[in-house]
Amino acid sequence: MSNNSDNGKYKVIGTRPVRHDGAEKVMGKAIYGGDVRLSGMLFGQVLRSPHAHARIKSIDTSKAEELEGVRAVVTSADLPKTNEDDMIDLGEGMTRLKYIRDNILASDKVLYRGHAVAGVGAINQQTADEALSLIEVEYEVLPAVVNVLDAMKDNAPLLHDTLTTDEMGEQTDKTSNIAAHLQHKLGDPEKGFNEADIVIEHEFHTATVHQGYIEPHNGTAMWNPDGQLTIWTSTQGAFVVQKQTAAVLDHPISKVKVVPQEIGGGFGGKIPIYLEPVAALLSRKTGHPVKLLMTRAGVFEGTGPTPGSYVRLKLGADKSGKLVAGDCYLAFEAGGYPGSPMFCGCMCIFACYDVPNAIVNGYDVVVNKPKSAPYRAPGSTQVAFAIETMLDEIAEKIGMDSFDIRLLNAAKEGTRRVDDLVYPRIGCVETMEAGKASDHYNTPLEGPYRGRGIATGYWFNIGFKSCVTASVNEDGTVNLMEGSTDIGGSRTSIAMQFAEVLALPVEDVNPRVGDTGEIGYNDVTGGSRTTYATGYAAYNAAQDVKAQMIEIAAKHWELTADDVEFVDEFFKNKKDSSKQLTFKELAKIGSADDSPVIGKGSVNLGFHIGGSFATNIVDVEVDPETGKVTILRFTAIQDAGKAIHPSYVEGQMQGGSVQGIGWALNEEYFYNTDGKMENSTFLDYRIPTALDLPMIETIIVEVPNPTHPYGVRGVGEANIAPPPAAITNAIYNAIGVRFRELPMRPDRIIAALAAKRESEPMEAVAGS
Amino acid sequence: MPKVSIPPLMQKLTHGTSVVLVEGETVREVIDNLEKKYPGTKDRLCENNRIRPNIAVAVNSEIITVGLRKQVEPDNEVHFLPAISGG
Repeated sequence: MSNNSDNGKYKVIGTRPVRHDGAEKVMGKAIYGGDVRLSGMLFGQVLRSPHAHARIKSIDTSKAEELEGVRAVVTSADLPKTNEDDMIDLGEGMTRLKYIRDNILASDKVLYRGHAVAGVGAINQQTADEALSLIEVEYEVLPAVVNVLDAMKDNAPLLHDTLTTDEMGEQTDKTSNIAAHLQHKLGDPEKGFNEADIVIEHEFHTATVHQGYIEPHNGTAMWNPDGQLTIWTSTQGAFVVQKQTAAVLDHPISKVKVVPQEIGGGFGGKIPIYLEPVAALLSRKTGHPVKLLMTRAGVFEGTGPTPGSYVRLKLGADKSGKLVAGDCYLAFEAGGYPGSPMFCGCMCIFACYDVPNAIVNGYDVVVNKPKSAPYRAPGSTQVAFAIETMLDEIAEKIGMDSFDIRLLNAAKEGTRRVDDLVYPRIGCVETMEAGKASDHYNTPLEGPYRGRGIATGYWFNIGFKSCVTASVNEDGTVNLMEGSTDIGGSRTSIAMQFAEVLALPVEDVNPRVGDTGEIGYNDVTGGSRTTYATGYAAYNAAQDVKAQMIEIAAKHWELTADDVEFVDEFFKNKKDSSKQLTFKELAKIGSADDSPVIGKGSVNLGFHIGGSFATNIVDVEVDPETGKVTILRFTAIQDAGKAIHPSYVEGQMQGGSVQGIGWALNEEYFYNTDGKMENSTFLDYRIPTALDLPMIETIIVEVPNPTHPYGVRGVGEANIAPPPAAITNAIYNAIGVRFRELPMRPDRIIAALAAKRESEPMEAVAGS
Repeated sequence: MPKVSIPPLMQKLTHGTSVVLVEGETVREVIDNLEKKYPGTKDRLCENNRIRPNIAVAVNSEIITVGLRKQVEPDNEVHFLPAISGG
């Protein structure tokens, strides 16, 4: 592991303490959503549509309700009535309330196989499962469309009768599956292409893939007779669950409390709600707490994957390799309801490079698949696949090193992006330079069917709202309450930022994730924001504690606060240098004589486009007989700004890389012609395991973020963007075939090699 | 005066102009003055006296979170983008 991070001037930051929740987790004591047990609790299950597209003509629940042990059955009829045009803002933009409610329990139509239709509450899981088979749903089956390009055709089956295309707030008149169109334009692309020495254009396709978290979705609800609703769930954002559940049920938000449990992976997929309102309705009907736990098939078929995509990219460069023009058309599959990360793809396609003349047109398209959900750098991996492989093609045409062409074009401070925003200080160049100088890149790769590839990717650094409170105990330890659910060790990285201000051992800070009744509003753990924004709030809380402790010291010495300073781990009397107190000593004094010290920190940070850049180097070996691609060596390089806990940064880099490898080589939703997913188990939906991979080497780059007190940049997402492109480039280097469709599974490799042998083209191509 | 970048899909309202200079010391004043020059723009950007939830505003390339009351300096650039979130 190459660690360029050192803690330098810091006492806590940059070290690698044991995580606060480590012991509970390795001993199996931590409480996850599925572990929730309440007195009198019922068990539930959800009936899901067997059809990809159908009109619901009737639902008869009477036989299920008569089954012994069944306590209640709910359908969309139990949800509040919704007008077609009611809109709601749930923190991620305006959405039709009908879409949100219908995705929880379908009313008039099912829009994908796996769409929830009814929920059952029973005395045990077996009874609930059996009851599902007794619910009679009469469907009028409609033609399904599961491919983005097919869905955009004029004669495509329409998923929504009233959906028209939004163009930055203006609606077109025509009903269509195209929910939104966006355009960015910079400079004069036409002129740029006319002046280019090299112009290439290709089409790319990526498959629908799932976030693949191990823990399935869950939700337990208790609806008390006084209207107080409590929900226990695994989520990336307790306050978003609170807000969405209140809206779906038309229940006062103050009457909804959400208690976040430990979370077994999310990667964006545990931002939306699915089961919580159903559990709440069942609890209201029965008067008992009700727990729902999804099956794995339910997770695959009923929860948000990341969109399949179509990208058409044209690039123009001069003889030196300098990019002079770009033109991108991209279309993302939103799933059954609008809201793919197409907007992000439009902002990311040229984000790593200075392209002075560029245009992007993006389309958000509904198809008969589950409503897409965020997945680690949403939209960035799809577009990196296109531009990073085409950049390699240009480098080859002009005989240029793969790193050199990237460094020649790399975005830097002052670069104007295609969305017209201008970068502040960023670390794009530094990640590329670190890659070029790495041991990996400078170690020759030899042998037949072996190849090396590189690629770079980008993701933003979302800020938004976070708050933290800190209570000082009499022994000088601190209880730190925060509201960001901890997916990847953020409790400790937030505690470390608090501890740094007060020079405390981080073991003396006890971080805890509060529920919505215990801590102020926090936005989701997502968008690479938690260590950045909640860490910033912890820094502010520590400054507040420091100020209060200075007041206590001043009273103790009978001085004013101006006569006390905090230096080198001590509160010092400026009037008498012989007098100083440690934090622990002062806490004890304060607990006896003063009011309790409770610090608070609260932020609402802007959305920082500087973000984080990640570069990969990968070596592969292709088996020409089986088509299997083996990853021989993989190096992930990423700008962390400042690595608070380097092990957690490395963990994010390794995790994102592994998910990117799966996306590149194996993962995809297989649909049959009726729109039925045929691989909704982890046996058939192949994610990489430890046996498939070498140790992912990491290089942390630190280009401080100027908007954070410690220079933190979020590191959770950019790392998934480059792997598919880097592997594609490596496979080309190994066998001379350029792939433009993901995944590059064995049968496609075999077919491409056979086609290459038969046609002997100058440049073999697989995909479009 | 602050320089306001008009999104390509809104340039019908500005007769094809992509960048306009508009007076204003806050985002609210900038949008109000933009509306005076190019009627219809405010409706596309605001609703109920707030920035529309699906629109993000960037001042000097930082996407802001305080809405219409954000201070704008005379040499600032103002952009309107779709609101996005992460995973």
